[in-house]
Amino acid sequence: MDKFLVSHPPHIHASRTTASLMRDVIIALLPATAVAVVFYGWSMLLVLAVSIVSCVLLEWAICKWLMKRPFDCPEAAGVTGLLLALNLPYTTPWWVVLIGAVFAIGVAKMTFGGLGQNVFNPAIAARVFLLISFPAYMTHWEIPQGLFGADAVTGSTVLSLVSENGTAAIDSLAEMGWHPLFAYVGGSAGEISILALLAGFAYLLLRRVVKIWIPLAIFVTVAAISGIFHAIDPVTYTGPVFNLLSGGLVLGACFMATDYVTSPMSVPGGLIFGFGIGLLVMLIRYFGAYPEGTSFAILFMNMTVPLLDRWFHQPKFGRD
Amino acid sequence: MRKLTFPMGGVHPDDTKYARDCAIEVLPLPPVVYVSVSQHLGAPAVPCVAVGDKVKAGQVVAEPGGFISAYVHSPVSGTVKSIGPRKDIAGRPVTHIEIVVEGDEWAEGIDLSPELVPEIPTDRAAVLEKIKAAGVVGLGGATFPTHVKLNPPPESKAECLIIDGAECEPYLTSDYRIMVERPDEIVVGAAIMQMVLGGCRAVLAVEDNKPEAIEALRASVARLGYANMEVAPLKCKYPQGSEKQLIDAVLGRQTKPGALPISVGAVVQNAGTALAVYEAVQKNKPLVTNVLTVTGDCLSGEKMHNYLFRAGMTLSYIAEYAGGVPADAAKIVSGGPMMGKPIANLDAATVKGSPAILYLSEEATRRGKEGPCIRCGRCADACPMGLEPFLLNRLAKAGDIEALKENEVLNCIECGCCLYSCPAYIPLLDRIRTAKVLAKKR
Repeated sequence: MDKFLVSHPPHIHASRTTASLMRDVIIALLPATAVAVVFYGWSMLLVLAVSIVSCVLLEWAICKWLMKRPFDCPEAAGVTGLLLALNLPYTTPWWVVLIGAVFAIGVAKMTFGGLGQNVFNPAIAARVFLLISFPAYMTHWEIPQGLFGADAVTGSTVLSLVSENGTAAIDSLAEMGWHPLFAYVGGSAGEISILALLAGFAYLLLRRVVKIWIPLAIFVTVAAISGIFHAIDPVTYTGPVFNLLSGGLVLGACFMATDYVTSPMSVPGGLIFGFGIGLLVMLIRYFGAYPEGTSFAILFMNMTVPLLDRWFHQPKFGRD
Repeated sequence: MRKLTFPMGGVHPDDTKYARDCAIEVLPLPPVVYVSVSQHLGAPAVPCVAVGDKVKAGQVVAEPGGFISAYVHSPVSGTVKSIGPRKDIAGRPVTHIEIVVEGDEWAEGIDLSPELVPEIPTDRAAVLEKIKAAGVVGLGGATFPTHVKLNPPPESKAECLIIDGAECEPYLTSDYRIMVERPDEIVVGAAIMQMVLGGCRAVLAVEDNKPEAIEALRASVARLGYANMEVAPLKCKYPQGSEKQLIDAVLGRQTKPGALPISVGAVVQNAGTALAVYEAVQKNKPLVTNVLTVTGDCLSGEKMHNYLFRAGMTLSYIAEYAGGVPADAAKIVSGGPMMGKPIANLDAATVKGSPAILYLSEEATRRGKEGPCIRCGRCADACPMGLEPFLLNRLAKAGDIEALKENEVLNCIECGCCLYSCPAYIPLLDRIRTAKVLAKKR
């Protein structure tokens, strides 16, 4: 008999690999990325290029020289780079982006042991790090020029306008042509088109890359809390539609809170995780010092994941 | 109509049942057969013939070696040439009786005619004795002696007999072929077991990727008109043919960990077993033949077959007859690609329950390099027992037997869904299997 492979079953595989899952996440982020590039132009391309290239190269270098082990999944580092870029204003200077990438990969991911080991979502950790370290760059929003656009005009994000001027600001924005579902001025690059983000998320759901529970819990919680507060005092507190569609909520809920590594494995754990994020987002938006709180909320809830995984398991066969 | 399936976990591999339309062919007799004394779960049988004895096909050559054991019969007529150890498919030495084939003479009283005998006998003890004497074992994979399974303790009551025609493993088509070609005999076999179990309900459960089998069985049930019997189409999902999952799919009841199917009123028998019971009881024919699929992704269409073989023919004889081992076969499996045993020794003899010779190419069976767990949870989603393979894997690596037991490692049915689904190619099931062995020792 010739030589044949002898190994335990199963003998076949679903042929879904870590790399292919990460490629799906990248594909899902392409619509939002494309809209950002069209709206923000060449400077957006620069932010994207610096972020992605430095994330991938840095992880490769750390694997090769510091950890002396194979660079398992460049696609995962690419996702971090892409998400980081989409979490920054397109006006961020290249060296600030670079520092963000170093923090994301070097500190938030690799010091914990690399792929699969990090406690915090690397892109979110880097965004918060930059927000605290370079507040001027991180809250400097300019009216987009477009790919071949005219001169830039400095502006504010919707949320910071509301934070300063109350709900009345929404009317003036609407007069300026702002529409939450398509695109709006200012904010992080990836927040520009809710529709593009949702289209990408629908793709992830269809391809069964992620499950809907965590984003659903976030959206329901945000809608419920803002609905109650808005009903009580519509002048001070913004309503559910505004809160769902503004800021980084959709980007964060659909693409950052669903990160495998930093979210709970069980469905009940995920629901509590999502509820916690929604609650923190609304607490920060209504009562906090920052106009936007999605990043902080996700970062904070990342810490609870080991506990949630310990407490909540999926139901076992024959145990109910 | 609402189709049944089990609710928890499971995967959907491509069905790749290429040999679906290959009618059952009878293999010619080889010059020599090797009859294993360990063709069933439980104690090996004890040879009761001596070298030089003349035997007929269907004659007992080994007797049960314990309560959970089974009779073994000669599949051919001829002369016993030797009795001694011979390597099985895994390469382990097992006692085999070597018989040189001379003619094809069957023992007295065995009815080889194709006429259907639909009258159901009523003497329960006599029927059980016939099933035992015919050496019938479960042909769904476990080869558990059928007379033991059909004789549950008196305090438990069988409410439903489930005939497993799910054949949920990709590639395999032997059950499908007997359901299409010999539905009447399966239905009579089911009715006999129904009688043995005290007249309970009977459900013939078939996955919906086999509509012809569903139709054939339905027509047969209608024609034969046994009471309290129905055909239930199941929504395709692997591992539906697993006993626990099949009961859950058909009855919506889950057995408690460690409990037998009868604890929820169910008895499961494979479609092939129903046919064997029919032949044993109505035709006095012992279980020495079965149907086996020769298939694989690297076989061309005309080389795929469903063969009626005699238990004792070597795999290499069958492979040769079917046209030889394909050049690009990287792995040969006895059974389906999810749970089948790898064949280390193609010269090994077939046994009563030999399900298939499956040739897999390098491409189809490649396992990637193990990467780090990204906590995607696909293994836990796929586990039909609700276990968390990622956690069991971690605990197994740490050697924490207590925690492994707490997380119910012993409930793993080794269906392979976790490893099949893992995007990082972590050998989850390999480690869990090892952990189970360690946990059982404690």
